[in-house]
Amino acid sequence: MDIPYTITPRADTGVYNAKLGVWLFLASEVMLFGGLFSAYIFLRIGAPEWPGMIHGESFARASDILNVPLATLNTMILIGSSVTMVLAWASLLLNRFDRYRLYMGLTFLAGLAFLVVKAFEYGSKFEHGYLPAESNFLAIYFTLTGLHGLHVIGGMVVNGYLLGPGAKMWKTKPAQFINRVEVAGLYWHFVDLVWIFLFPTIYLL
Amino acid sequence: MAQTHTAEEVRKHVRVYLMVFGALAVLTVVTVAVGYLHLPIVPALVVGLLIASVKAGLVAAYFMHLVSERKVIYGVLIMTGLFLLAMFILFISAYADQDGGLIVS
Repeated sequence: MDIPYTITPRADTGVYNAKLGVWLFLASEVMLFGGLFSAYIFLRIGAPEWPGMIHGESFARASDILNVPLATLNTMILIGSSVTMVLAWASLLLNRFDRYRLYMGLTFLAGLAFLVVKAFEYGSKFEHGYLPAESNFLAIYFTLTGLHGLHVIGGMVVNGYLLGPGAKMWKTKPAQFINRVEVAGLYWHFVDLVWIFLFPTIYLL
Repeated sequence: MAQTHTAEEVRKHVRVYLMVFGALAVLTVVTVAVGYLHLPIVPALVVGLLIASVKAGLVAAYFMHLVSERKVIYGVLIMTGLFLLAMFILFISAYADQDGGLIVS
């Protein structure tokens, strides 16, 4: 049996099923990250100083321990990947599959670049022995950025599928394929959106 | 966004996407610049979250097409906002009531 309403909107909701499904999933994601953001806020307002003591050294600002230029670079990479993602979808609407492959490929590479930069950041923390167990600041830093990183990996799996084997659908059911790319985009933009809040709160405040 | 798109409409959207990208890049630079001003925590928090909200609004409105979405999606988002608010209120209540005096006297 085929899943209904993958292309045409349902009469009662006005949207195709996958779109409503992804928005409901994103609603649950808002609660997940919302809970962790609350944890961050309460750890922070309950701390006499932030980031505070780590390995006997006192840090007055998050930017003294975290790498702001690298995080700024990552912010630009993610914002750029959101644009290429939406351009990939728009290319399909214009019937330009070659452009789709280019933009989706760039989106995938941007995700990879984000993770590579993140790996360098984590690496330099580990080198200094700055592990999650050392302080509340490091614990919430690794939890929030780690969970966000897992979301980037998840998005790359979906985008990689739509770029590789999943792209066969363009030949058989183009309208459904366009919708798949649109909902994958909704998720990818959400991952970008989470980072937009994570970056100033963790690195700059 | 509507289900059918003419080529001209899509090209118009693409121009908007590129303008939004420009705005997001500029706002990121502003965020970092404000961070280096080392403002006291409250104004820093207000400015930082304000810029982040504008950026998030741009992403949601244009990249996620919320400027022209169906009612059911807005409904989901309003419910999400209410549940998020309820969760924040629960956390704040617990924080304000750490000695247990407010609720159980």
